[in-house]
Amino acid sequence: MKAPPFHYHAPDDLASAVALLATLENARVLAGGQSLMPMMNLRLAGPDHLIDLGRIADLRRIEETPQGLRIGAMTTQRALEKSDLVRRLCPLLAEAVALVGHQQTRNRGTLGGSLCHLDPGAELPVVAAALDAVLHVAGPAGARRIAFRDFPLDYLTPSLAPGEVLTHVDIARAPANSGAAFLEFNRRPADFAIVSAAATLTLGVDGRITQAAIALGGVSHAPVRLAQAEAGLIGARASVSAWESAAHLAAQSPCDGDELYPADYRQELSGVLVRRALAIACQRAGGAAHV
Amino acid sequence: MFDPRPIKLTVNGKTIEATVEPRVHLADFLRKQLALTGTHLGCEHGVCGACTVLVNGATARACLMLAVQADGCAVETIESVASADGTLHPIQAALSRHHGLQCGYCTPGVVMTLLELQRESAGSALPEDKIRTALSGNLCRCTGYQGMVDAALEILG
Repeated sequence: MKAPPFHYHAPDDLASAVALLATLENARVLAGGQSLMPMMNLRLAGPDHLIDLGRIADLRRIEETPQGLRIGAMTTQRALEKSDLVRRLCPLLAEAVALVGHQQTRNRGTLGGSLCHLDPGAELPVVAAALDAVLHVAGPAGARRIAFRDFPLDYLTPSLAPGEVLTHVDIARAPANSGAAFLEFNRRPADFAIVSAAATLTLGVDGRITQAAIALGGVSHAPVRLAQAEAGLIGARASVSAWESAAHLAAQSPCDGDELYPADYRQELSGVLVRRALAIACQRAGGAAHV
Repeated sequence: MFDPRPIKLTVNGKTIEATVEPRVHLADFLRKQLALTGTHLGCEHGVCGACTVLVNGATARACLMLAVQADGCAVETIESVASADGTLHPIQAALSRHHGLQCGYCTPGVVMTLLELQRESAGSALPEDKIRTALSGNLCRCTGYQGMVDAALEILG
């Protein structure tokens, strides 16, 4: 099908985009268009005005900062995939972004678009959750920062006030002696994940775990952090039993299901993926290969 | 026309100036306004890959990109791939040799995907898994893909 008629705006600068978005009725931001355009073609979305951010060059950048990475919202997934900076400073993002859709969609799909669309099966929101990404938005009332954990309000609903635009995302650099892994299960590669799991671990000099983060995708309207499982890992020695304890908690975490993939199936997957992700993250952190 | 907009772009090396409605996606613009019907439309929501074209050298779903977004871009379609005298591009010839197509509906998209891979690889051999992953973005309901993979391996492997 074809998209219904709409007015198109392609501002050159952020201030104009914010002004348009704040003043026009039923306006939506167009980022890479890999989710919004299908929704419009299927008539699931019908904005009267599209504000295309594609002409705002400042929103496409990947920069190293003292804390880590600063990534413009309009940076394409393909640019992230190819970036040496991303691979070096944030290997979890590098691993996950290669699983987003197909190369043909990653060439246009953006980090900001994926984070604001918040598809429950999408990979990048899970990375943002696991790494406590900080989102910067611009709006009619000025700029503000939002911790990713506060960003999803509901199904496909980000915490953006009318007129607000996501401009860039800060991600802390992976600490020394840390490892990360992103795993997902789907029926065909490149599909949205039925369940995905992101894990990061940092090992202390004595081999004990000093930091752990675990996030699940596909189990609820937004990514879920497994705080209890993370707390249980801190101070523990890297071991199969530590991964199994975390996996057990993951499999018990509340989960939404549907006709295709019921909750108990997703919970089973959650446990398996968390166990595997922790073992891989540990290995990448320099831990013993056998765990 | 609702909110007509002027655009200027190059398509297959030729400069085009046109007026388009914002709702018209790039595939319809190519097919209906420029009569370049080699770009096919399958699902029209970004899943099948039949409409894959190159935009500034990178593959894109032409059904998920508006013609107005292509303003200032260089677009390449399947019509630009074979030589002017009709000699097939090596990728096309290999697909033909290996029976990498049957009905041909998905073929233009497949060729554009492989063309991007070929340019990116810049002559270095690509492993089969990379070729299969790339081709997974183009749905084919006839061939079972083996012929396509064989053809791609001959040229890119």
